Amino acid sequence: MDVLEKLTILTDAAKYDAACTSSGGDRKAKAGSIGNTSTSIAGCCHSFSADGRCVTLLKVLLTNRCVYDCKYCVNRRSNETRRAMFTPEELADLTIQFYRRNYIEGLFLSSGVYRSPDYTTELMIRSLRILREQYRFNGYIHAKAIPGTSPELVEQLGFLADRLSVNIELPSEAGLRALAPDKTKQAILAPMGQIRVRGQQSREELVKYRHAPRFAPAGQSTQLIVGATADTDFHILRLTQGLYDRYRLKRVFYSAYVPVVENPLLPSKDTKPPLLREHRLYQADWLLRFYGFRAEELLDADHPDFDARVDPKCSWALQHLDFFPVEVNRADYEALLRIPGVGVVSAKRILVSRRTRKLRIEDLPKLGVVMKRAQYFLTASGRMAEGLRFTPDSLLRNLIAAERPSLPQPELEQLSLFAPV
Amino acid sequence: MTEMIYEYDGSFEGFLTCVFERYAQKEVLTAITCGEDIQSTLFPVRTVLTDRDHAARVYRKVVKLSPEAADLLRRGFLTCLPEREMHLLRLVVKLLEEGPRFLRDLSDEALYPVLRAVRHLNGEVHQYKGFVRFSDLGGVLGGEIQPKNRVLPLLRQHFCARYQNERFFLYDRTHREALFYAGGRSAIRPLEQFQMAPPDEAEARYRLLWKRFYDTIAIRERENPRCRMTHMPKRYWNTMTEFQGEDFFKPRGTPAAVSGPGAPAGIPAPGTPPGSGRSAPGSAP
Repeated sequence: MDVLEKLTILTDAAKYDAACTSSGGDRKAKAGSIGNTSTSIAGCCHSFSADGRCVTLLKVLLTNRCVYDCKYCVNRRSNETRRAMFTPEELADLTIQFYRRNYIEGLFLSSGVYRSPDYTTELMIRSLRILREQYRFNGYIHAKAIPGTSPELVEQLGFLADRLSVNIELPSEAGLRALAPDKTKQAILAPMGQIRVRGQQSREELVKYRHAPRFAPAGQSTQLIVGATADTDFHILRLTQGLYDRYRLKRVFYSAYVPVVENPLLPSKDTKPPLLREHRLYQADWLLRFYGFRAEELLDADHPDFDARVDPKCSWALQHLDFFPVEVNRADYEALLRIPGVGVVSAKRILVSRRTRKLRIEDLPKLGVVMKRAQYFLTASGRMAEGLRFTPDSLLRNLIAAERPSLPQPELEQLSLFAPV
Repeated sequence: MTEMIYEYDGSFEGFLTCVFERYAQKEVLTAITCGEDIQSTLFPVRTVLTDRDHAARVYRKVVKLSPEAADLLRRGFLTCLPEREMHLLRLVVKLLEEGPRFLRDLSDEALYPVLRAVRHLNGEVHQYKGFVRFSDLGGVLGGEIQPKNRVLPLLRQHFCARYQNERFFLYDRTHREALFYAGGRSAIRPLEQFQMAPPDEAEARYRLLWKRFYDTIAIRERENPRCRMTHMPKRYWNTMTEFQGEDFFKPRGTPAAVSGPGAPAGIPAPGTPPGSGRSAPGSAP
């Protein structure tokens, strides 16, 4: 089988992994090596695929042969599909040649479980070692730690890769038992705990010894599948929050479930992927990481799912009208961040600008404030936007109307599938 | 006082000399141009000859008052803001008259247009870090871009660090200049014409591999052309490998046989001083 064919099969098998970021690394270029990971704190997108997702890494599987039989997965043992496997040299050559042409920022290597988790991880380590040592590749590498791998191998993998990830995939143990009978919660969480502890140790060693080897300097991430099981947004968001708090994850990715198989335990094959729900979860994820929100503020047992019509921050604001209006000339950073339409950048700009003079409403758009949402929730020098009249009822209508142009219409109907029954 | 139009050579030093002249001659300016768009006008036109010492004096003064303003000036000069020279002049005048305090007022009317243009420039630079595509032309990497702003001086450091063991060039179609790099030295030179040489077997193969990867990685059920266009506007597509027609992926002989201007042979010997054209503000006084 030639490389073009292998690439096709192994890319197709890897595409459902949402993670494709190159952020968090800051390795400078080295003499005699190719590449660096210091593009910017935000990472660097090299292209966008037809589905609008960022392409930054060469995202492939080492092999799509797999001994597991997870019901939701295209690579499961029982699926009739073509199987392939890269040799370490083919993989290294592709990575280097794509990198030289600036197609990619690095490699994202995942794999089906070939023979056993340990055997597969050893193959991955061998490939990465060839890439790093023989081809002297100094760019970004994201590697998958396969659940059930022994700690010694995860350790070796972490010194070769910039970021490690262990995919949780199914957000609850019940889902795991039903759909991924070969995996256990413990097998997933063990490597995550190990990566967290080892990363912490490595950072401490770096303080003492400047040249200490770095263990996964860009941290770890994970992925949750949304819509394959009956888990609520509240459950998923609380799980996310726990992962950030306890395992110090850099990112949690959400992947709207795309039906790949007909199975009584899964949504039927003509179900459309719940893209809007995934979008709302990402918005909430940002609120957790950058805006100082807690999962319990955004959702609770009585409202376990997000409103599809407005974003989570607007929803929160509508529930807490007594918090508003916020006076932009006096409010602290945390309060500014709670205003819908004000983000991290515009809040910081407000802080800088108001030191020189009092801000007026007409200054705010220039600072990046999105007035179509923010105008209902703020005052500048004690005044609201000119001629603005609204009641709590019309407020919701106005916010929905402001949001609608950016939403594809069919998505709204599709969401009813996930409304609590 | 009469209102004047200054004409200068288009270099950053030239622009700084204009600022110097405005103060030296106590003149009021309506425009500063670099000769492209001078039509018959009622205002008298004066050609300002670039004077490195005068430029350096202006720049030193700006740096002394505010290093951030100096950076804004250098970057602002690279933007595609209409009448950017006048906007930058207003910034300098205000800085000299009022001091640097207004630079913190991000909606200030002299500052805001420049800030917005610089943000646009920075955004374009960031996007091009990802969207540039190189081709291997017999061992030398070559690429083309068509940016709105002059991004090459700001892309220079990024690509020179990343490909420090390679030789490469990057041609800017809009501003007709190219960044050359070889053996640890780089230069940005004006280049009127450039035609990419056709790919050899190996290059055509990697192009095809990339195109196949790009087409395969998309999930059909999630197709979203609007989202893609938001993140990657169509104006970038024409220089990107994955959007080229079939011919782009067919090898045609060896590149050595058809070396266009600026192909491998066009790489200047390391150490050649930059040409006499527009200087890059990175190398300002």
